[in-house]
Amino acid sequence: MKVVVCVKQTPSTTAVFSVDGSGNVSWEDPGGKPHVVNPWDEYAVEEAIRLQEEHGGDAIALTLGDEESKEALKTCLAMGCTEAIVVSDEAFAGSDTRGTARVLAAAIEKLEDVDVAFFGKQAIDGDTGLTPMQVAVTLGWTPLTFVSAIKEIDFDGGSITVERLVQGGKQTATASLPVAISVVKEINEPRYPSFMGIRKANRATIPTWTAADLEVEEGVAGAFASKVEWSNIYEPPPRDTSVEIIEAETVEEQAKILADRLFEEKVI
Amino acid sequence: MSGVWVWIEHEEGNVVSVGLEALGTARRIAGDLGEMVTAVVTGHEVQGVADQAFNYGADAVLGADDETLAGFRVEAHGPLVAHLVEEREPAVFLTGNSIDGRDLAAWVAAQLDLGLVPDGTGVRVEDGTVVVTRPVYAGKLLSDAVVTDGVQVITLRSRAFAQAEETGGSGEAEWVDPVVAEEEVPTKIAGFESAGGQVSLTDARIIVSGGRGVGGPEGFEPIRELAEVLGGAVGASRATVDAGWIPYDHQVGQTGKTVSPDLYIANGISGAIQHQAGMRTSKVIVAVNTDPDAPIFKIAHYGIVADLFDVVPALTEEFRKRLD
Ligand SMILES: Cc1cc2nc3c(=O)[nH]c(=O)nc-3n(C[C@H](O)[C@H](O)[C@H](O)COP(=O)(O)OP(=O)(O)OC[C@H]3O[C@@H](n4cnc5c(N)ncnc54)[C@H](O)[C@@H]3O)c2cc1C
Ligand SMILES: Nc1ncnc2c1ncn2[C@@H]1O[C@H](COP(=O)(O)O)[C@@H](O)[C@H]1O
Repeated sequence: MKVVVCVKQTPSTTAVFSVDGSGNVSWEDPGGKPHVVNPWDEYAVEEAIRLQEEHGGDAIALTLGDEESKEALKTCLAMGCTEAIVVSDEAFAGSDTRGTARVLAAAIEKLEDVDVAFFGKQAIDGDTGLTPMQVAVTLGWTPLTFVSAIKEIDFDGGSITVERLVQGGKQTATASLPVAISVVKEINEPRYPSFMGIRKANRATIPTWTAADLEVEEGVAGAFASKVEWSNIYEPPPRDTSVEIIEAETVEEQAKILADRLFEEKVI
Repeated sequence: MSGVWVWIEHEEGNVVSVGLEALGTARRIAGDLGEMVTAVVTGHEVQGVADQAFNYGADAVLGADDETLAGFRVEAHGPLVAHLVEEREPAVFLTGNSIDGRDLAAWVAAQLDLGLVPDGTGVRVEDGTVVVTRPVYAGKLLSDAVVTDGVQVITLRSRAFAQAEETGGSGEAEWVDPVVAEEEVPTKIAGFESAGGQVSLTDARIIVSGGRGVGGPEGFEPIRELAEVLGGAVGASRATVDAGWIPYDHQVGQTGKTVSPDLYIANGISGAIQHQAGMRTSKVIVAVNTDPDAPIFKIAHYGIVADLFDVVPALTEEFRKRLD
């Protein structure tokens, strides 16, 4: 059995952003941890490790990013991934999601005989949530998005049954391997890296694959090939933040005043 | 390339709200571009959906009605819609950014190698191109994005756009054959467990939420009562979900649902940045909290500094009187 988990390094959830005059985004983190594993991806990593622990074989963490994103991969190794690979090349920088998906798909193909590719639901920087589906289509694999449980997986028979969170409820779906799965938080509780795991991760060598190592079609990856232009990035206009604190002698009166306001606002 | 296409999401024979929002937006964009609106309807026994699309302003309806398209499986709907888009080349292809809408748009864009801008919260036409405004970094920043080449595939966030209005229009839909046979769809739907007729969080006009301040699972009872009187849905902070007081589907925030109701009432929620990420675009925010310095008051429009166990029942009582 071989599973891959695609992880992205992102700013932390508490990061505070600023944009300079030329539209460059930078951020600082009050907690002093500017880069993290995309929080949604932790669930994907955990699920990959659980399969590996149960069935043996490989659980490989894969990222497309810069050299610095090896830090995110170290976290994955410390949690229990058996291998990690970073794909990094100037030629891939600035890809749109379809470019990113092509590169990840090429890396997954290079790994050969992968049964399941795991993804987070979305990356908290771009918040697009497109990559898992786009990788699946590129590879010609079955996509299973918003998976909340793997109910059955049969690596020899090549089948999988999952539960998905869909509009209005939970769906049970069966499909044949290989599959590309994006997971939601309900699927598990990610573990913390163990002390031993952290030591092991610090000693591990993480190979870097470049464009030369992968078969990526011309003209799909990189800023130049992007079909989406982010023409402008800016801070949202400050919202009208003056809060009206409702005060009165009794809560009943407070409730009355608030109800009046909400009817005036026409939200009820 | 011409025409504005919009994929119409439906459930049990009716166009869902995000479908009407997408159709309304398609109408507006088409007006600015001087183009026609084609509603794309895919499913099984969907003549009624096609009629609704005409009634809500579609100039044409194009689609397929077949058993393989019953329920939504992206491997059945995706290739069909991609085939139509490739053959007829609309200028713009819109869907709602629901689970199915986003999956479909991502499939079509990947299969045809098109640019896609997801989760728009605003759209406008400039020089014949659709400029999409969308939040990034959990809404801490906004960006304007355009597709620079080929069909412009765009998905729209739920509740960020006005719904289409009834026009009384009618017409004949054009039905085509599906492009994949049942044997070619590897995914089978083996079951469905309904969430039980509750108002879904992302569609709700009103959300009443509880945080750690509710103190335990039973603390959600008054929250539920208020939500019920207001016809709204129940939301929750991650702290309460992690504590096991309420299931994860209720979680609002960066690692939960992103919601944008007309009214969001936060009870006993401190307003951590990750919670704000999921609800800051709500039209009116009310905060009930015993701590006057809780960060939630920084983004709230109205606040009550008091115990939620006093305030929430009083509100329920007040609204029950007025709404009866
Ligand atoms: C990676 C990551 C992702 C996260 N994602 C999310 C997310 O998606 N959603 C989310 O919500 N959080 C998320 N969090 C957690 C977030 O940081 C906060 O910990 C969480 O939102 C706090 O929940 P709370 O406001 O209910 O609890 P607290 O912060 O403990 O606040 C409880 C509030 O209740 C008030 N209170 C207490 N008793 C009463 C009473 N009787 N009446 C009125 N008020 C009372 C208190 O004054 C306090 O302000 C995430 C955190 C991380 C690190
Ligand atoms: N650069 C990347 N490297 C590895 N995985 C990625 C990358 N970008 C996105 N992903 C994966 O795709 C998921 C969805 O990301 P996105 O489509 O960017 O919202 C993430 O949760 C990751 O699992």
